[in-house]
Amino acid sequence: MSRSERRRRGGLALAAALLAVLVLLSLIGPRASPYSYSALDWRHLAVPPGLAGQHWLGTDSLGRDLYVRTLYGLRLSLVIGVLASAVSVLIGVAWGAAAGWVGGRLDAWMMRVVDVLYALPYLFIVLILAALFGRGNLAVLLLGIGAVGWLTLARVVRAQTLSLKRREFIEAARATGLSGAQVLWRHVLPNLAGTVVVYATLLVPQMIVYESFLSFLGLGVEPPRASLGSLINAGARQMLSAPWLLLVPATVLILLLLAFNLLGDGLRDVLDPTGR
Amino acid sequence: MFGYTLRRLLGIVPVLLILLTVSFFVVRLAPGGPFAAARALPARTRAELKRLYGLDRPLGVQYLDYLDALAHGNLGPSYSMRDDTVAQLIGAGLPVSATLGAAALALGVALGVALGVGAALNPGAVLDRLLTLFAALTLALPSFVTGPLLALAFGLWLHWLPVAGWRPDAPRYLILPAVTLALPLAASLARLMRASLLEVLQASYVRTARARGLGRARVLWHHALRPALVPVVGYLGPAATYLVTGSLVVETVFELPGTGRYLVQGAIDRDYTLVMGMVLVYGLLTLLANLAADLAHAWLDPRVRHEPL
Repeated sequence: MSRSERRRRGGLALAAALLAVLVLLSLIGPRASPYSYSALDWRHLAVPPGLAGQHWLGTDSLGRDLYVRTLYGLRLSLVIGVLASAVSVLIGVAWGAAAGWVGGRLDAWMMRVVDVLYALPYLFIVLILAALFGRGNLAVLLLGIGAVGWLTLARVVRAQTLSLKRREFIEAARATGLSGAQVLWRHVLPNLAGTVVVYATLLVPQMIVYESFLSFLGLGVEPPRASLGSLINAGARQMLSAPWLLLVPATVLILLLLAFNLLGDGLRDVLDPTGR
Repeated sequence: MFGYTLRRLLGIVPVLLILLTVSFFVVRLAPGGPFAAARALPARTRAELKRLYGLDRPLGVQYLDYLDALAHGNLGPSYSMRDDTVAQLIGAGLPVSATLGAAALALGVALGVALGVGAALNPGAVLDRLLTLFAALTLALPSFVTGPLLALAFGLWLHWLPVAGWRPDAPRYLILPAVTLALPLAASLARLMRASLLEVLQASYVRTARARGLGRARVLWHHALRPALVPVVGYLGPAATYLVTGSLVVETVFELPGTGRYLVQGAIDRDYTLVMGMVLVYGLLTLLANLAADLAHAWLDPRVRHEPL
């Protein structure tokens, strides 16, 4: 094992460990505190981190516990990130595999659509949709941001499908009498799995950023619920008097994004060495 | 080259038309309508308002009316800010947004290219490692996090720069927003520049130039830089899309009086014409920027312009 190889594995392990800690914290962390994410504690308004009233990371101006709210927001961001990525992966794989597998004019047309969508400020459209239909509506939020992320994946999957199509084992599968759909399902799609896993891992942090972005603009989750984005937004409004309200959720978001990006990069090196 | 430009320019028209059509109907499909939010109006007043703005007519007729007005350069009145037309609102905000975007683009490109070249010249050295760290950090720092953090550090704690706000004659107000917007751009461009210059420096013509006795700086400047810039220029299209979206966040964080706020506020208020105006302006802006990037790409790399569309 070379030095760079060892370092790479180290980074991968570190990212996985960090992510595991964050996921565990989001699941069981809130139970360690006597407060719920929406409970108002009138005797402890905007207290800084410390031991006052068991608010370890302080409270906001309504006396809500920041430790519990941050972990709650972390959980929501994780769930939305993963589900929205799943939406993206479904659309991207279906679109890319169809275009690559059928080829010809359909392929040209489908990829032209992807090119055109690439050039649009897509997040703007999602913003408009969220403002029109989905304030506080998680399903709209999920579909909206999920529909943003599939473009790159569609391109990658198409390219892979095209190159797989010409390989001998596909020809062999065809020769045994399997139909096109069967070959696609049993032989092409499983071979795409590695690439898809890598891109899905890299999609999750992107989706988390989009969700936080919408919540930051007041279009995502509605109070008293919280996501990391809405907490950062609330914190930024009172950063002079209570900087911890900004610093705590911002730190958690940065750690979360770092963990996912490192994990994605590490997986890409292991599973898909040509993708660099 | 002229034919290529013309074809691409014409290609924008159908895309823009589809974008406008889809937004026109989607905006009107949403529950609620204009004049509903502010205060309860008597039913007769609201009916009168609707009639005044033509909102009582069939949707198809409204659509054709809108396109007709648009073809005459009229973006329509704003429903929520009734003293202004959409064109006036956008005209007032756009200089601010454009200044921010231009400053961020210039800063991002300068910083990105410089960092990338520096890192590529000495791979593995301090600057190269710093770049890796910088790139990893910016990926984990979206602008709605960097913005408040920078404002907290340089505005509230150090008192070096204003925390928020805007004055057209005081560039100090531009620094933090522009830096916030430029950082992710600089990171992406630096990584691209580094990878592409490393590849070019391996090429045989670079080795030949060195073998002929030309100095490193001369080879870099006259032989390596132009081909190495091709992927960087190709990235300017996505970069423009990023800047347009990112400026929205940055304008919100630093409370700049740009056009960004009209999009979200307009959609919430169901100010149909204002949202449409924003879609038109920002759609056109990104499409043109993408086109400009592609043209620059084609100019640098002749293979591109002969590809069939």
